Amino acid sequence: MTIEEAPMNASSRAGLRTFARSLSAAGILPILLTSLIVAMCIADPRFFGVANVTNILRNGSVLAIVAFGQALVLIAGGFDLSVGAIVALASQIAAVTMRWAGSAFPEHDAVVIALGVGAALGTGLLVGLVNGICVAVLRISGFIATLGSMSVTLGIALMITNGIPVYGLPQSFITQFGRARWLELPSAAYIAIAILVLLAFVQTRTALGRYLYAIGGNKEAAIVSGIATRRYQIAAYVLSGLLAAVTGLLLTALVGSGQASFGGDLMMLQSIAAAVIGGVSLHGGVGRVGMVALSAIFLSVLSNALNLLRVDSRIQPIIIGLILICAVALDEIRRRGFVHD
Amino acid sequence: MSEAFVESPLMVKEKALEPILILRGITKRFQGITALRQVDFDVRPGEVHVLFGENGAGKSTLINVIAGTFQPDEGSYHFDGEDLGSLTPHRARDAGICAVFQEFSLAPNLTVIENVFLGREIKRRGVLDLAAMRSRAGRLIADLGFELELDRQVGTLSRAHQQMVEIAKALLGEPRILILDEPTASLTEREAERLFELVAALKLCGVGIIYVSHRMREIRALADRITVLRDGQLVRTLDAASVQDSELVELMTGRKIDGFFPNFDHKPGRIAIELRGLSAARGAIKGVNFLARAGEITGIAGLVGCGKSELVRAIYGLEQIERGEIRIHDEAQLTLSPRHSLRRGVVYFPANRATEGLALARIVRENASMSSLDVPGIARRGILDMRTERSLVQRAVDRLKLRPPNLERPAGKLSGGNRQKVMLARGLMRDLSIFLFDEPTVGIDVSAKREVYDFMGRLLAAGAAVVVVSSELPEVLALSNRLYVMHHGHIVNELEGNEKTEQNVLASFFRDEPIHATGTAS
Repeated sequence: MTIEEAPMNASSRAGLRTFARSLSAAGILPILLTSLIVAMCIADPRFFGVANVTNILRNGSVLAIVAFGQALVLIAGGFDLSVGAIVALASQIAAVTMRWAGSAFPEHDAVVIALGVGAALGTGLLVGLVNGICVAVLRISGFIATLGSMSVTLGIALMITNGIPVYGLPQSFITQFGRARWLELPSAAYIAIAILVLLAFVQTRTALGRYLYAIGGNKEAAIVSGIATRRYQIAAYVLSGLLAAVTGLLLTALVGSGQASFGGDLMMLQSIAAAVIGGVSLHGGVGRVGMVALSAIFLSVLSNALNLLRVDSRIQPIIIGLILICAVALDEIRRRGFVHD
Repeated sequence: MSEAFVESPLMVKEKALEPILILRGITKRFQGITALRQVDFDVRPGEVHVLFGENGAGKSTLINVIAGTFQPDEGSYHFDGEDLGSLTPHRARDAGICAVFQEFSLAPNLTVIENVFLGREIKRRGVLDLAAMRSRAGRLIADLGFELELDRQVGTLSRAHQQMVEIAKALLGEPRILILDEPTASLTEREAERLFELVAALKLCGVGIIYVSHRMREIRALADRITVLRDGQLVRTLDAASVQDSELVELMTGRKIDGFFPNFDHKPGRIAIELRGLSAARGAIKGVNFLARAGEITGIAGLVGCGKSELVRAIYGLEQIERGEIRIHDEAQLTLSPRHSLRRGVVYFPANRATEGLALARIVRENASMSSLDVPGIARRGILDMRTERSLVQRAVDRLKLRPPNLERPAGKLSGGNRQKVMLARGLMRDLSIFLFDEPTVGIDVSAKREVYDFMGRLLAAGAAVVVVSSELPEVLALSNRLYVMHHGHIVNELEGNEKTEQNVLASFFRDEPIHATGTAS
């Protein structure tokens, strides 16, 4: 009755299987990333310059943070199209709040920054909560619910200041945070790493992480297993909203102004691409944040390489789109390994 | 009836004894499980050939092979003298082999006409010829004597009417082989009679009919030959006229029932579950009174769709309660949800492991502990204690003899029996006192069945209350101490001791439903 192979001639075979399994677990991403980096080091010496590496890490970190949120939602069997719009709105809200607080509490930069950060995170939390309620309680498909909230969120972001960038942020927010480098690494990288460590722990060691996998893997089974599926679905969208807001804050601090043009469609697309290339399944239930971080770095290196090689910037979305399709195709092929009875 | 099918009855008569469809040595495996082993089967024109066997005997696999849905791994397939080696459903249909499955192949959003012609639309220069399709469909449905509105959306029709659409669809292609898979399961008496007349008329036209049914009366009325399958193997093909009902049942079950099923030592104790006038699941359960005691197995038997599954689901908190009361350990339950049920010590093992049981992409360990992450030993304030988790799951799967006992393997890579064991492992991960089994052995092989029964035995010995819902009558008869019989949402009988026989169960199904299969057209 069992379908396992008999324990035959041994360890070499088992070793080979383990190797194959670990390769398929990690995927081809590390190989792609390494070869891309090696190729670029040979092709263009500027690639390894401090400024360029900082640039890559900064972009990669910013993307990784949004992609983490996207990945959590995808793993729980959902879809979050609103992340790019949340980045824009959070940036605007943070800037407007800080400008107002700056005139209310001059000379108290810490208070001003805290208010701005709080307002931005609150924005992300709120949009995420609305997304989550639409999906979990009203049973709207994640795709449509977040498509709608994306439109609403972006509309509000544009309305707040008629699309004009908001200046007047505390200088310390920009110089000591946004553009700061600690031990040669950009500040964004530290934040991304901190979030990565936290989320990796959540995924492997907490009931929350386990429940997100279970819900995405088989929602009916999760319900029968007594999991409060609605609560955790909402949690996934809230986390995604919060992480998008963090990205909005990072971009605001980096550029020095709040802008509705941050994020947007391209970041939404890139976040999905980063998650899927990092092995997150669009069918839910599968994916790890570590791989998503790697894939965000990969996309960042790729786009940097294309810039250095003077490839037309309009071609870049085409390349990302093609890679995304390939990654999804790979995911489908991987899924055929399972039997459905 | 129907001129549409009368082609040349005389010619058909002449070669009536030559089988038109011949299958030899058909073997079909799924993931290492052999669903069919070396089965021979043939159909002659103008005969009704009944396929008979228990659930999981291989009947549906066989008809799916005939209809081209599954490719056999071994064996030959000849139709009308032609070797149909690599058959697809489309090619089978073109060749004149049509199937009406229990699961309909209808698009609910399309109309009756659109469904009947789906995939075989009449076209004129690439444009749909609506008028021609309408008149053809109208004629066909009138010939069949069905009352169907051609422009109704199929999704708005009753199941019986949907079945008529399905049959009309199958007959549109003027089939030479028609497969009917439990066709009367959803029909009323009159509709069933209409179907039998139709079958008789098709026989006259030389159509070979493969008929799958559990209902003795229908088999008696319709069958020319009967093929009995058991555990994926051909038991025998017999002439219907020369066989007794009892003989058929014996061939079907094959084994001495007392030998296969364990003898449980029931010690009925305190009342664990009490239902008072329960109506639930949008009318699927009507005014049910029910008792289950600790230390005994309470069985629930009934036909498909009688509400037996909904009953245990309602107890677990998966169905809407309309009226009545559910009492667990003598306490009326106000908040019913799976989460609350688990905390009260109630667990439910669903019938469909792929859709409701397991997250197939996730590994065994996660699937087994899924319902126990709120237990203090496994998780404290939401943070998992992986070592405890692993050792608890390991112990559970060892007791259930999971093979291979690999906790890190995706559940989707396991066979049906092992998937069931992973699900049952959930029952060993936390303190539970009431176990609700829904079709616990469907789709799993004999040795895994044995292990499921052993599992129940151990629960019983530990003083748990066990409720078993099963469509497999011999199983639920043998396992239960007390047996409830359900029909159309009501409990129609409660049997105990010597009263617990197949005859009594069958009699209670049909007590309020007069025998209907006798007056078939001749």
